[in-house]
Amino acid sequence: MDLALILIQTLNAVQYGLLLFLVASGLTLIFGVMGVINLAHGSFYMMGAYLAFTLASLTGNLFVTIVIGVVFSVVLGALLEWALFSHLYQRNHLQQVLLTYGLILIFEELRSVLVGNEVHSVRVPAWLDFSVPLGSVMTYPAYRLFMSVVCLAVALGLYLLIQRTKVGARIRAGASNRGMAQVLGINIDWMYRLVFSLGVALAAFAGMINAPASSVSPGMGTQVLIVSFVVVIVGGIGSVRGALLASLLIAFADTFGKVFVPDYAGIAIYVVMAGILLWRPEGLFKS
Amino acid sequence: MSRPLLHSWARAATAVAIAAAAVGANAQSSEPVRIGLMLPSSGTFADLGKGIANGFKLYVNEQGGELGGRKVEYIALDDESDPSKANENANKLVKRDKVDLLVGTIHSGVALTMAKVARETNTLLIVPNAGAGDITGAMCAPNVFRSSFSNWQPGYASGLLAAKKHKTAVTISWKYAAGDESVKGFREGFEKGGGKVLKDLSLPFPGTEFQPLLTELATIKPESAYVFVAGAGQVKFVKDYAAAGLKTSIPLYGAFITEGTLAAQGDAASGLQTALHYADGLKNPKNEQFVAAFTKAHGVAPDVFAVQGYDAAQLYDVGLKAVKGDAKKKAEMIKAMEGAKLESPRGPLSFSKSHNPIQDYYVRVARGNQNVMTDVIVKGLADPSPDCKL
Repeated sequence: MDLALILIQTLNAVQYGLLLFLVASGLTLIFGVMGVINLAHGSFYMMGAYLAFTLASLTGNLFVTIVIGVVFSVVLGALLEWALFSHLYQRNHLQQVLLTYGLILIFEELRSVLVGNEVHSVRVPAWLDFSVPLGSVMTYPAYRLFMSVVCLAVALGLYLLIQRTKVGARIRAGASNRGMAQVLGINIDWMYRLVFSLGVALAAFAGMINAPASSVSPGMGTQVLIVSFVVVIVGGIGSVRGALLASLLIAFADTFGKVFVPDYAGIAIYVVMAGILLWRPEGLFKS
Repeated sequence: MSRPLLHSWARAATAVAIAAAAVGANAQSSEPVRIGLMLPSSGTFADLGKGIANGFKLYVNEQGGELGGRKVEYIALDDESDPSKANENANKLVKRDKVDLLVGTIHSGVALTMAKVARETNTLLIVPNAGAGDITGAMCAPNVFRSSFSNWQPGYASGLLAAKKHKTAVTISWKYAAGDESVKGFREGFEKGGGKVLKDLSLPFPGTEFQPLLTELATIKPESAYVFVAGAGQVKFVKDYAAAGLKTSIPLYGAFITEGTLAAQGDAASGLQTALHYADGLKNPKNEQFVAAFTKAHGVAPDVFAVQGYDAAQLYDVGLKAVKGDAKKKAEMIKAMEGAKLESPRGPLSFSKSHNPIQDYYVRVARGNQNVMTDVIVKGLADPSPDCKL
């Protein structure tokens, strides 16, 4: 395999890894801060994709669609937190799993009733609908490069929000000691609501931004959920930084697994996960 | 008791028994024939399941709601495309609902379990989609028929098609039974046509991150490529293929790749060539009548799945007619069904020794939202089914 090919495969891996991070970041945030295992995360991702499909045909503009979609998912996230999740913080994980699994079923059924069971796609915005030549035979779609830039921007934004702002400091305080933060006058209820909404919005955003490069289909959330959990566990539960590193690691394992050991590509990412957990049982970064 | 009296007693008893049997037979043929539709009505394959059920019912309605002179009663069960529930579901239909015919399904794993249950309980089964080779291969049985295809068939036809213009090819498929069987078919067809498959690329089912494989494909530089993925994977693959700039440099072939998701694939699919046993707007009188009737009933044009459902009903009708509605005469029914020469919307349809369809394969080109037929690539293609001992 020559150098050019390895470089292109590296680009594939980085690009895929950044996307994985975007999907997994919301999951790790909710788990890390609130201690809630949100199995419905994949459903929010699916909801985002279907929102993109439905709204894009109405508005005709992907960016207007994304703005509307993000606002919608923030509101939905806050509502769900208020109505359901806020009652679960004191309960054990099994009950959270039960609730969020129920949500998966509800979201799938709603999707089936409202939009149907067909596979759809979303158009790439015209100004990004071109490809960059790469080597002699292949070209690279500009939209994928654009997605990578967006994912990087989100990663940076999340980092700044959590590490450098007052809100971020409060989130961190609430994550490390809920009771103490409350005593110090932080309104934990609202803080949690905010974090949950942010998590939902991140998942939906990932679904929307990825829709033009992928397809919009029933059950798409489940697939994403599994690999997201792998990323979260490898990265260290609750660590956004860990999620970023883990995403890239998993993407490299997946990409080069397909290239070098195609017959075992299906287990490549799990082998990496098992290896890392043996070495560091709490993941790369303990939050 | 004197001898003559005993004799007359015996006679009377025999007469009563015969009369009872006759009444029983009468009661049976006036009762509706029970058909278990074990198809997905939820999940990824829900729409395909609906197409099959609609096709099946359309044929029955065309016969005045009767098959072989008997009214039809459907017992529908959502198989959820879940192999772990298949055994229980199929047994429910056979043992609790006592169906005369089992119809199903899309998912090959579920269908294989259904075939197993059908064998064990000697229930008649018609598979209206699932292409797993084993159903009419190693696991074939006298009471199991298929009205659709085996994965090998469309693969083989696509191989013949690609070999017409190209000497080398690379295949890309999901690493699972259907993918492997389809690729095997393609390879045999392509080699038969004088071509050579340079490499088989695969990725885990049902992954859709195709970019690493497309990169590899581009460096191998074959003259053509063959792909087998399904559902959401179809859309993403065709779009990725076009976006990677491979569409013009390495022409892509497939069998099912554009089926059911062509609208979602949009411009990326335009001009894509596929080989399959049905095409949109296929020109034959039966199909024109079928399309009109289906469209009238459901407001949408039928797809290949509806055709396969329709033919499942036709096939059963042949069997039931041969025994005048007496579904208990299985051996006679099976014999009639084996010899069935159906006029299908897809063209002439008969069955091989392994009970798999013998059918024509068409060249189709994606134009707009239709897979338009341009040619016939092979007439009367049968799966050799070397593993079937029927």
